[in-house]
Amino acid sequence: MNFEYAPAPESRSIVTIKPKYGHFINGSFVAGKKHFPTINPATEEILSHIALGGVSDIDKAVAAAHKAYTKTWSKLSGKERGKYLYRIARILQERAREFAVLETLDNGKPIRETRDIDIPLVAAHFFYHAGWADKLDYAGLGHSPKPYGVAGQIIPWNFPLLMLAWKVAPALATGNTVVLKPAETTSLTALLFAEVCQQAELPDGVVNIVTGDGSTGAAIVNHPGIQKIAFTGSTDVGKKIARAIAATDKKATLELGGKGANIVFDDAPIDETVEGIVNGIFFNQGHVCCAGSRLILQESVADEVIEKLKVRMAKIRVGDPLDKNTDLGAINSKEQLIKIKELSAIGDAEGAQRWSPQCELSTKGFWFAPTIFTGVTQANRIAQEEIFGPVLSVLTFRTPQEAIDKANNTPFGLSAGIWSEKGSRIFWASQHLKAGVVWANTFNKFDPTSPFGGYKESGWGREGGKHGLAAYLKSGKETGAK
Amino acid sequence: MATKKESRVKVNKTYKLFINGAFPRSESGRVFEVSSQNGSFVANPALASRKDLRDAVVAARSAQSNWSKATAYNRGQILYRIAEMLEGRAGQFESEIVLTSQVTPSRAKAIVSEAIDRWVWYAGWTDKLQAVSGATNPVAGPFFNFTISEPQGVVAIAASVNFIEFIDAIAAAIVSGNTSVVLVPGGLAVPAMSFAEVLATSDLPAGVINILTGSLDELAPWAASHMDIDGFDISGISKKMHPALKEAGAENLKRIHAFGPEKTPSRILAFMESKTVWHSVGV
Repeated sequence: MNFEYAPAPESRSIVTIKPKYGHFINGSFVAGKKHFPTINPATEEILSHIALGGVSDIDKAVAAAHKAYTKTWSKLSGKERGKYLYRIARILQERAREFAVLETLDNGKPIRETRDIDIPLVAAHFFYHAGWADKLDYAGLGHSPKPYGVAGQIIPWNFPLLMLAWKVAPALATGNTVVLKPAETTSLTALLFAEVCQQAELPDGVVNIVTGDGSTGAAIVNHPGIQKIAFTGSTDVGKKIARAIAATDKKATLELGGKGANIVFDDAPIDETVEGIVNGIFFNQGHVCCAGSRLILQESVADEVIEKLKVRMAKIRVGDPLDKNTDLGAINSKEQLIKIKELSAIGDAEGAQRWSPQCELSTKGFWFAPTIFTGVTQANRIAQEEIFGPVLSVLTFRTPQEAIDKANNTPFGLSAGIWSEKGSRIFWASQHLKAGVVWANTFNKFDPTSPFGGYKESGWGREGGKHGLAAYLKSGKETGAK
Repeated sequence: MATKKESRVKVNKTYKLFINGAFPRSESGRVFEVSSQNGSFVANPALASRKDLRDAVVAARSAQSNWSKATAYNRGQILYRIAEMLEGRAGQFESEIVLTSQVTPSRAKAIVSEAIDRWVWYAGWTDKLQAVSGATNPVAGPFFNFTISEPQGVVAIAASVNFIEFIDAIAAAIVSGNTSVVLVPGGLAVPAMSFAEVLATSDLPAGVINILTGSLDELAPWAASHMDIDGFDISGISKKMHPALKEAGAENLKRIHAFGPEKTPSRILAFMESKTVWHSVGV
């Protein structure tokens, strides 16, 4: 019997992409000077041309954000501010399909993920933070905590609109205004979000979006009119930002790299665990800072898990991101594909054993088959460095303490996973893992109520939940008996 | 036979460092002179070296796991014990503070009383931090999700010459389970090393607090660039040095903070890290 899937492509007709975009400053689009193409990484088709923002564009955006902060946004009550965020959440839900298709076109991730995960979480983030706007006195930051002013926000390409939501929603709810730069390869949904701001009649200048590359980001980091930097991206750039603001009073939150350990104990439910391993590393092509990119297996079950994992990996459907059956989409850029190939070659050279299922990869676009390396040791670069692709490094352990020691043995500390049916063992392991997010018998789950962020070189601060508000507020007066 | 009573010669204390619960001299053999308000000789405290700093970090790192695993109740009792030991020697600290800083005896008495009371205040925080800083998060799915705060690890402290702020910085760092390396400048070395004697008799495990006396200009940049220090309280250092320290600390994204003199739990939380745990719910 033939169980092949028929193609089930999502229509792209719902989306209108303009041939060229400017910046969104002070409530309207302004023309850019220079432009660069943005492509669909699944086909290399040019989708549009994006403006390359420079120092003068950032100047204008910061001036607009500052004016909006002093003249309107900081004068508005929390109650009214919140209603604008609720409006944005509702419009995002109304236009969810349009955003999902556009995100898939520009990023290369499967429509199943943009439709079911990215965009619903975006709307949820605005809805959640909308409700905080008039309740900030209860956030544990003292009486009447105050916003910083203008927040400069720089976001990555792996979850373009979701990272925008993680940054913009708390900033606006707490009364800050925003200058945001989307990633160079994925600006389109941020520019569509600007239209949502217009439809929501958000006061001019509260959200400003300047597109561009690393130099545009540097102009934000170095701008004296910005009081707060929020960055998600690589640890290298995060360190550069930390140095760049060392001599200023700027506050920063940094969500950086990771090398998440996914620990499987011998009593784990193996079939569920295999699903969790696949979700941990192959979700979003492995372009996930908190990906479970190191699988740490108890020796007694290692062979069984690897065997079942290979069977499961052979069923991963790699292909057209707009096809509703696709599991693994395109690698976001040629540059990223080269990096994944280089680190995988290092894995080969270090003596680890590479395995991928047979899968046909399109000759156009950027593709990488789901891959595991077994026989990896802790000192190997593929066990220490973030690959940021669909590549899993497998290590083994004998005692629980050895699992923890291996899990904690990187400069990162973002995420970790635990698979076991024994409650006390799960709590013990979760206590000992040096990671900001720990998933027990699940992986890669996100929610606006749940704080996210890392230990050590994975960054500074948290996003989401009550803890995420602290990133955008100066503590108010503490009350209570002394 | 001569019966004339001779005046007794006082037995002076040799000042050393406090590392891993012991009192070693600086491996460098260096000392510096502390004089009293009227210029007379008081002591030759050790001028700690970079190697002393490294040794202190090793001691702090080794002590960190057990100190953070101690129950909050146990940590609270040890912090309270420090207050008890300090109270019993209040007079000694008052006279040392008068001797080495420009304060009156009545002011010194107030300083020491407040320093003791700070330990009592912090002792009470050990088992209340989670209630104040933690959360259970109502995620949209079948998960039990909560956030707790944990110590960051090893925290360096560049102490202010003010004795209360010296105490405050140390207590805020260790109350949650961090261990510390405290850098002490100038005349503060005298009461600081007497304080080390208090610690040595307070049931505080070796290595939780390590005290190095010397020059902050020398020690602070070494601490800022040390890759096994997680946090750095730079409240005691002049603002003009902050940029260089923050720049050096960026190499391992050290958590670097400075605080004012007021006591606040946010000083404790600045050296803690939030951990969010998702547990699957199902049958």
